[in-house]
Amino acid sequence: MKPKPFTYLRPANLNEALQALSRFGEDARILAGGQSLLPMMNFRLVQANALIDISRLDPLAYIREADGEIEIGAATTQAQLLEWPMLREVAPLLSAALPHVGHFQTRSRGTVCGSIAHSDPASELPLCLATLGGTVVLRSPKGERALTADKFQTGMLATARRSDEVVTAVRFPKRKPGAGYAFMEMAQRHGDFAICAVAAVVIGKIARLGVGGVADKPMTREWSGLLDGEIEDALNDFAWDLGGTDDHHATAAYRRELVRRLGRRAIEEAAKCSS
Amino acid sequence: MLELKEGERHPVDFVLNGKPTRALAEPRMLLSDFLRQELGCAEIHVGCEHGVCGACTILIDGVPARSCLTLAVQAAGRNIQTVHSLEAEDGKLSDLQEAFRRHHALQCGYCTPGILISAERFLRSKANPSEQEVREMLSGHICRCTGYVGIVEAILETARTRAGARS
Repeated sequence: MKPKPFTYLRPANLNEALQALSRFGEDARILAGGQSLLPMMNFRLVQANALIDISRLDPLAYIREADGEIEIGAATTQAQLLEWPMLREVAPLLSAALPHVGHFQTRSRGTVCGSIAHSDPASELPLCLATLGGTVVLRSPKGERALTADKFQTGMLATARRSDEVVTAVRFPKRKPGAGYAFMEMAQRHGDFAICAVAAVVIGKIARLGVGGVADKPMTREWSGLLDGEIEDALNDFAWDLGGTDDHHATAAYRRELVRRLGRRAIEEAAKCSS
Repeated sequence: MLELKEGERHPVDFVLNGKPTRALAEPRMLLSDFLRQELGCAEIHVGCEHGVCGACTILIDGVPARSCLTLAVQAAGRNIQTVHSLEAEDGKLSDLQEAFRRHHALQCGYCTPGILISAERFLRSKANPSEQEVREMLSGHICRCTGYVGIVEAILETARTRAGARS
């Protein structure tokens, strides 16, 4: 329950962080809030040779609105985003999902980008990113690239980040006029990992649903012009296609049932909020 | 760039409950072990060591944090508060601590220092919380004795009393 020895680095700016990452190679890890990384290091599921602490890089702690998106820097905590006065207006899905991310006592340290870089299939923020079709900004000594959620998220705790890259920001599309949003999840206790989480966006006749906690990464599906009688079959197909399995939290059958029921409820609530 | 090599002990300067403090830590040392074992803070209760139980919760620059999910070297230059920061210098308990006593909000007391410090911070951000909000905040702590009823009562009563004192 203690991490293996490692070297601790505190770069003064992003360039130094990139240098450190190149120097220590693929066993080095970026430390921001540490709320996912340190438990894994305590369990020795992750064995890093170096931790590069970016939590004090103030230029990376920001929330910015631009071009129909909000951009959140790598040092911004989940609590800072949740407390941002514009959140409900600008990003209603994030506003609904964030209270489910960990607890009051972990959101205060855990970062938005860290959760997305960690890419736990049951996490709420990667699910929001996938459902809204957001973007991840990555920086390496060679330059910057931006990947959409479907390109970035590759599987269980796996992303397209290269070993010399730092996730410097994430971008979420802002609320679209006339669209409705809803987020729901089932967990054993509030703040625990979701057994199943759903995020829904409804714009006119188009309904888009994201599901977390069932497949090895957040999965989305979009339907156009679904009639009342068709939604059950559509959700049932989606639930089976996700290929959930039994584990000690829930059976595969229970997870399929959650996809059908929470999925329906979320789409209906999003439809109610849309205009 | 600050670089602290593995296997070596490095000085960490910070403020602990208002007092400037210095001690040595390897990079791998958790802040929970650092406070309890190097600095004798017996109020740091180490439970799960992966951020779930909440017993080791402290404030770092006024922000709640799991000390088991923080490295000792990350405390450098920070203001660290444990549950002892709540009581007066003569050891007199705070209103929140007194309310915990009145409502039997603890039995074995293992979870209590973490709950107290995070409840104090919570009440500062939400002066008039609902029971639901208190319970959501408490989802970040595990108490195996009380069933939480007394804890919720103590926190709500403190909020009411403070609101009464302000008006």
